[in-house]
Amino acid sequence: MTRYIIRRLLQAIPLLFLISVVLFVLMQNMGDPIATMGGRTVTRSQDRERLTRQLGLDKPIYVQYFYWLVGNDWTKTDLDGDGIPETQGKRRGVLRGDFGTSLVNRGRPVTEVIGDRLPNTLLLMLTAEAVVVLGALLIGIYSALHQYSAIDNTVTAITFALYSMPVFFFALLVMYIFAVNFKQWGLPYLPTVGMFEPVAGKTPIQVAWHMVLPVATLAFPFFATYSRYTRSSMLEVLSQDYIRTAKSKGLPRRDVIFVHALKNAALPIVTLIGLDLPFLLGGAIVTERIFAWPGMGRLFLDHLSRADTPVVMGILMLIAVAVIVFQIITDITYAWLDPRIRYD
Amino acid sequence: METTPDAIVHLIPDELETPPLTLWQLAWRRFRRHKMAIFGSISLLVLIIYSFGGAFIYTEAYANFTETGIRLQPPSAAHPFGTDTVGRDILARTIYGGQISLLIGLTAMLVQLFIGVLIGAISGYFGGRIDSILMRFTEAVLIIPQIFLLLVMAKFFGSKIPDITVLGRTFSGSVVVIVFIIGITSWPYLARIVRAEFLSLKENEFILAAHSTGTPTFQIIFRHILPNSMAPIIVAATLGVASAITLEAYISFLGLGVRPPTATWGNMLEGAYNYIDTAYWLWLFPGLLITLIVLSINFIGDGLRDALDPRSRAI
Amino acid sequence: MDKILQINNLRTIFNTPEGIVHAVNGVSFHISEGETLAVVGESGCGKTVTMLSILGLIPIPPGEIVSGSAYYHNKDLLQLPEEELERIRGREIAMIFQDPMTSLNPVLTIGRQLTEPLTLHLGFDQQKAIQRAVEMLTFVGIPDAEKRLDAYPHQFSGGMRQRVMIAMALGCAPSIAIADEPTTALDVTIQAQIIELVIRLREELGMAILWITHDLGVVAGLAERVIVMYSGLILEEADVYNLYENPCHPYTTALLGALPRVDYTRHQRLDSIPGAPPNLLIEPKHCPFAPRCQFVMDICREQMPQLELIGSDHQIACWVDIHTGKSR
Repeated sequence: MTRYIIRRLLQAIPLLFLISVVLFVLMQNMGDPIATMGGRTVTRSQDRERLTRQLGLDKPIYVQYFYWLVGNDWTKTDLDGDGIPETQGKRRGVLRGDFGTSLVNRGRPVTEVIGDRLPNTLLLMLTAEAVVVLGALLIGIYSALHQYSAIDNTVTAITFALYSMPVFFFALLVMYIFAVNFKQWGLPYLPTVGMFEPVAGKTPIQVAWHMVLPVATLAFPFFATYSRYTRSSMLEVLSQDYIRTAKSKGLPRRDVIFVHALKNAALPIVTLIGLDLPFLLGGAIVTERIFAWPGMGRLFLDHLSRADTPVVMGILMLIAVAVIVFQIITDITYAWLDPRIRYD
Repeated sequence: METTPDAIVHLIPDELETPPLTLWQLAWRRFRRHKMAIFGSISLLVLIIYSFGGAFIYTEAYANFTETGIRLQPPSAAHPFGTDTVGRDILARTIYGGQISLLIGLTAMLVQLFIGVLIGAISGYFGGRIDSILMRFTEAVLIIPQIFLLLVMAKFFGSKIPDITVLGRTFSGSVVVIVFIIGITSWPYLARIVRAEFLSLKENEFILAAHSTGTPTFQIIFRHILPNSMAPIIVAATLGVASAITLEAYISFLGLGVRPPTATWGNMLEGAYNYIDTAYWLWLFPGLLITLIVLSINFIGDGLRDALDPRSRAI
Repeated sequence: MDKILQINNLRTIFNTPEGIVHAVNGVSFHISEGETLAVVGESGCGKTVTMLSILGLIPIPPGEIVSGSAYYHNKDLLQLPEEELERIRGREIAMIFQDPMTSLNPVLTIGRQLTEPLTLHLGFDQQKAIQRAVEMLTFVGIPDAEKRLDAYPHQFSGGMRQRVMIAMALGCAPSIAIADEPTTALDVTIQAQIIELVIRLREELGMAILWITHDLGVVAGLAERVIVMYSGLILEEADVYNLYENPCHPYTTALLGALPRVDYTRHQRLDSIPGAPPNLLIEPKHCPFAPRCQFVMDICREQMPQLELIGSDHQIACWVDIHTGKSR
């Protein structure tokens, strides 16, 4: 098994390289970061040139990529524009753990910028995922056991409807009902902006309260897919011969469902979770924007539109690595759950 | 008991089973029984009539006609869905928006179908090196977050394609761009499915038989294997339409999709959350319509999945 | 010997979109303590559905037990609440299924699957259950039993899996073991081994066996009494010797006649039964075998014959006496 893991990781490396190149090239199309830097004042052309040189943006793409990858502290750059390189570079490159500094937040290391926002996103994502998995499992099992009953049909219809709604529409609806209208009707209403009220400070209760709407928005569309999968997986498993054998042994229904059936039915769900998780890292861009949640999604959008290559590359590579790692973890978990699977 | 050497077993008529049905007849029967799928089909039909039939009632010029004097009016007799931020009638805009959403959904699906089937078939059939390379490529596209690809490409192509005129309407070039970028970023899912089908189907003996009679590769792929793998492809393609419509809505919501004055249900929601408490009609109607059409297609897709699955337990 | 299981007029149907499938149409029989009863018939004649109905293992819906009773000692199994049935299943009446590939749970160790009924029904603690499981495995001929407890079903061959199934079913020493074509999915040499094993177990444990099969060769080596089923009905019931020496129902004679024999010449055609199995969507109102019967008379196509005693321990449901060709 260890050999398998190592092999997968090694196979991933060329893939990561390929991806980083593609992403870097794509980033060049996002525009000129210097253009958005001056804020209100128009940058003078000398300043512009100076900045361009300072940030290494005057070099051809492949050189920029190269510096991004291995740094430039082993060479000199020309900062004063006289054509003679004289200043020692300071970057160590991604391969040595240096993701550079943000172009938008001048000078701040990318790792810091991302690190600031990452926990917020994780908080949201993991809570949402937990809610989805638990809820969907229960709903799926119930639906499978009571196939075509009134409740099954209603639940199916509702989950389908939720799944069909674009996230921002769901968010709008939910905001409209629970925030705006509740407020109008004098009921305690849910907050819609940010992580906490600035007045009250960042307390757990504040954060929890503020999390309700964003988590609901994130969770509900997934509810549909997960519960449908659980349902169909359970249905397929329940019609298998070994379930009939289990019943014939006189095992109580509870054991038959939660031990014999569920363990078999859970396999595809595990795959689903494994594949979804890393994308949740992307920060559910739209949700974070709507609720002004200070997470990676908003970070991504803001810095992407201002062509902040180091930060955006940092986020994208993080996601890419997460996807690959999670795929490996999922495969291993799958093998652990299903003894018939063996990787050599 | 003696039987003559030439006696053939006769089936007595009243003992015969019910006559056998073809695969498609069986599938249609199962589909019919799927209540939600029927509901989805009907409502999709209604929406199509709404979008294309509505064009006979309201002209596109009317839909794009701005009149700031009557901006942000709630639903009334004159404007059943109210007016938007520059005074345009929302009902008319949803009609024309519907046409675009449906068109984008359909054409984007065709793009991703074409690419996905091609790559999946080649990968699954030839296996080996070709398969490895194509799969790595597919993985790479999958790993890169779709939103990123969409945003980047939207920005890149944004202003480069000119307006086109189809069916008597003029679309901004951004529509074509959207169709392509959705198609180009959505094909991996389909490619994977097609590849899986090909991998298992090519081991069948009828393929061996085709080989041994000298059937050329091209024919084997397209006339033997592909027709047998239609079921999951049809389902995936159907759901692909739904996801294309949803994606268009997302990109438009983020401001990078089809540009006004061309209306799409997605871009009608752009910026609507600024008016969440003052003008609910801005976002409620387009949002409901998107939900309804995606829901209908999803129901149909679900019904197709049940109907076409040969292992389905539902008779 | 007392009768421990008495089935009366069992009728089971399945509600399908195509119509009602009449799977079991009035079946009555009994089995006595320690007796081996074979149930013979073609695929689709209702043998399995009968057994599953008795144990309440028919999926409801679409299945439905329309009428009948199944008395185990003094309790009607068809009327028992689920909890009580659970206590009987596995403990008093156990079932061995046809396909060992699919009848064992692939993700649980066989040790787990073996000890489950022991801890549940007999109240064994884990250690005792493991001990007993090892004993059972050794008894059914699995070498290295202790190590095998941690193995998974897919690591066994077909024959070994069936032995595991048998060990699993008999762990609690039930009074009745229902074996549903346990050797059909195995090849002939393994088949012989399994049958020998069952005979041995029968001697050791003294349980009654209900052996379902379509193979008349197997019946001869194993059974004491035989029931012949067709289209959800019992056509003939007899002591095994009587059945082979003096079959009285046209169907039985046809079945026996269809068996290939060692003394056939190379070009002799096999005697198959003309016609096709009955359509179960039609509720049988007359003898279901009539269309294919060589002794058929008019009454056969109009009325349903009932099971009648024609000798000690020999019943048939037929209007015709095949020895004379005339009505009985």
